[in-house]
Amino acid sequence: MTFSYYPGCTLKTKAKDLDRYGRKAAEALGVTLEELPDWQCCGGTFSMSKDEIASKLSAVRSLASAKDKGNDLVTLCSACHNVLKQTNDAMKNDPDFSAKANNYMKLDVPYNGETNVIHYLEMLRDRVGFDKIAEKVTNPLTGKKIAAYYGCLLLRPGKVMQMDNPENPTIIEDFIRAIGAEPVVYPYRNECCGGYVTMEDKALAKKKSNKVASSAAENGADMIITACPLCLYNLNKNADESDIPVYYFTELLAEALGVKD
Amino acid sequence: MQRIGVFVCWCGSNIAATVDVEAVSEALKSEPGVVFSTNYQYMCSEAGQNMIKDAIKEHNLTGVVICSCSPRMHEATFRKTVQGAGINPYMVEIANIREQCSWIHKDKQTGTEKAIILGKAAIAKVHLNAPLTAGESPVVKRALVIGGGIAGIQTALDIAEAGFDVDIVETKPTIGGKMTQIDKTFPTLDCAACILTPKMVDCAQNEKIHIYSYSEVTAVKGFVGNFTVSIKKKARYVDTTKCTGCGVCTEKCPVKNVPNEFNLGMNNRRAIYIPFAQAVPKVATIDADYCNMLKNGKCGVCSKVCTAGAIDYKQQDEIIEEKYGAIVAATGFNPIKLDNFDEFAYSQSKDVITSLEFERLTNAAGPTSGQLLRPSDGKHPHTIVFVQCVGSRDTSGCGKPYCSKICCMYTAKHAMLTREKYPDTDVYVFYIDVRTPGKNFDEFYRRAVEDYNVHYIKGMVGKVAPRADGTLDVQASDLISNEQLHISADLVVLAAAIEPDKSARPLATMLTASMDTNDFFTEAHAKLRPVESPTAGVFLSGTCQGPKDIPETVSQASAAAAKVIGLLCKDKLTCNPCVAHSDEMLCNGCSSCEKVCPYGAITYSDKEFRMPDRTTAIRRVAAVNEAVCQGCGACTVACPSGAMDLKGFSNKQIMAEVDAICK
Repeated sequence: MTFSYYPGCTLKTKAKDLDRYGRKAAEALGVTLEELPDWQCCGGTFSMSKDEIASKLSAVRSLASAKDKGNDLVTLCSACHNVLKQTNDAMKNDPDFSAKANNYMKLDVPYNGETNVIHYLEMLRDRVGFDKIAEKVTNPLTGKKIAAYYGCLLLRPGKVMQMDNPENPTIIEDFIRAIGAEPVVYPYRNECCGGYVTMEDKALAKKKSNKVASSAAENGADMIITACPLCLYNLNKNADESDIPVYYFTELLAEALGVKD
Repeated sequence: MQRIGVFVCWCGSNIAATVDVEAVSEALKSEPGVVFSTNYQYMCSEAGQNMIKDAIKEHNLTGVVICSCSPRMHEATFRKTVQGAGINPYMVEIANIREQCSWIHKDKQTGTEKAIILGKAAIAKVHLNAPLTAGESPVVKRALVIGGGIAGIQTALDIAEAGFDVDIVETKPTIGGKMTQIDKTFPTLDCAACILTPKMVDCAQNEKIHIYSYSEVTAVKGFVGNFTVSIKKKARYVDTTKCTGCGVCTEKCPVKNVPNEFNLGMNNRRAIYIPFAQAVPKVATIDADYCNMLKNGKCGVCSKVCTAGAIDYKQQDEIIEEKYGAIVAATGFNPIKLDNFDEFAYSQSKDVITSLEFERLTNAAGPTSGQLLRPSDGKHPHTIVFVQCVGSRDTSGCGKPYCSKICCMYTAKHAMLTREKYPDTDVYVFYIDVRTPGKNFDEFYRRAVEDYNVHYIKGMVGKVAPRADGTLDVQASDLISNEQLHISADLVVLAAAIEPDKSARPLATMLTASMDTNDFFTEAHAKLRPVESPTAGVFLSGTCQGPKDIPETVSQASAAAAKVIGLLCKDKLTCNPCVAHSDEMLCNGCSSCEKVCPYGAITYSDKEFRMPDRTTAIRRVAAVNEAVCQGCGACTVACPSGAMDLKGFSNKQIMAEVDAICK
């Protein structure tokens, strides 16, 4: 099973663990992740301005490059996934946007959203299968009560991301079961952590992060897992009312598969 | 050669604004056979009709072309007009230059060109028109009402009152519908059961009304005045002629864990049950999915305790056939499922309920005997949040695009009654708009706000988060003070949108009645024929046509009954003479037409024909029963030899129209 892989800037700097454990776990599951040789920054956020083209072009370049490789493109960072998936959707379904982007890029063959973008979690669920993962777990995390934190970018907008029900998701809970632990369902698992607002309004970011972390703790979770580097940062630095630890989901997957060093 | 008159209507500015009516009447003047051509502001008005009559007499017209609105609007009007002037009514052709031309074009030049072409096509057709005479068909003096809620009940009572037999078919074991589940009714707050159950009893006692409860319509054949309907009487494993409704079986049945649909699953019933004490008919029904005797042959308790000997485990579904002159659809509504609205935590918390569940919780005959208690812990809630428009006026695709119309009023009722009975309770209502257009409705809502101090907040709830301590954290926005709110509530009530019952779509297919994209039945005319379906003989009553409250439903139910009575009063109906007929000399007896005919109007017989060489031959040929044929034209398309033709729409006439358009 071979996929193209888009790590993104943060996974090369602040979030090396998300990337490192993701690769190790994939290897243990018999999945080959081929890093796109010429990937660029996804753009960070998907601009809501319909006529904003420039900030989305670097995402289009990566998507077009993945099309040439011919494999589905796997992402890992929630924010990168959100930007690539939304940009791809616009290239596929917004003729005005794709015409402008193609005119600017002057590719040999125009790109019209042909690449299939999936998140690492979708790869685990739909391609590998959570049941297969459960079979390969050598070090089950039995007894651990884990709260899944989705944040806002991973599942929304639901019609474009098409990963799970954004208001009542199950994919990370099913993942937690697959690695032998017990999922803790709590109401704030799909609420915003504060995101980039931490740069200019610390108090607001603290309020948002504390709401999430306290809700997980109140419902009896030992730890929180996430797929998003920014969520991890906010929950670690800004949620100061509880000391519940936060990990990347790939770290726990690597641990369960016995490949965490 | 026909002598044709052309009359171009302006329809005020509806046509004249985008079609140069003067140019159209001028251009059509020179068409072959046209001896008179004019235009007028309102051709359908009395002055317009007189203009047509005068022209017929003055110019000895034999055919008339009217360039106006759709024939669905005024074809009948103009047929009557020309008949009044002595021409056969089927010598009129309508060129639709409004719906199919002026309303859809912006450019006057193209509109005018198209109107002229449509006029030419109609002229070409009228050249080939022949006078037709309508036959008659008898009317079966019996009506069928499908659905036994308040709409069906009112329609049936009114039809019976006029002296006609009427049958009600209801899928549930009892008639009464949604209104039986409601506690009190706005705006007068009278008890729903007190005003409904006497009507249910009236139905049962009226000798003109026959109730088929626990039954479904499975097939409909025929046409206006003469429908044949198959009704499936589902096996209830109880002989309704013997059961006295004493209820002993429902107390002794050992299967106690069946979710009680009457209380929306908030308590349980037995496998043999009577939905509620005032059920009509008051007879027991066995739920085959839960009955031990029916599932594995072990039990038989109900049979032992029944002194009337009414239990019959061997009962089978029975299909009966009945003839009706008119059919009324009264299939009603259901609240939508809330699967697409997980942000309100309906599936995650027992204390998030729908408004209909709230009705049951406050109803004296409900699961809590009318005590407002939280489903999770049976405690009295002190803070209640009502959320309106859950799935109504929704453009995201998760819910319904329309306003459900009743929610603003019943939410005001719930809020007011809660404050009245439990003054220590804080009540919040979140709304997009409060819509109270109805007699005494706005006064009612204002009472909730001003006299009962219900907190009405303009804004939507974003999330309901169940907390570990059992409270519900309601996150919402207050659009007027522009702030985010967090309310710690004990109970959240969702005003779920309403949608047509699932049985409506298959029924519409059986009736060949049209529906809109939301599966509400479409009326024949949105303003002028609101209780009739476009399919003749099919009428609409209640929420199957669109969201309505009880007063409106009852008004429409009576209106539908009036239309049915008008139909049943007639002994005979004038048939449509535009029916199919077969040319025996061309027919090769292949049966293609018989197979496609939806009305069973075509039969075959062997006939003797004289051949050119003076011998005789027996050939199998088709014949059309003109009283049954509805003129749909399916057979004319299917016929490979061209023997089948439709009067008034012959192949020659249609080809002449096509030629005129393509010229």
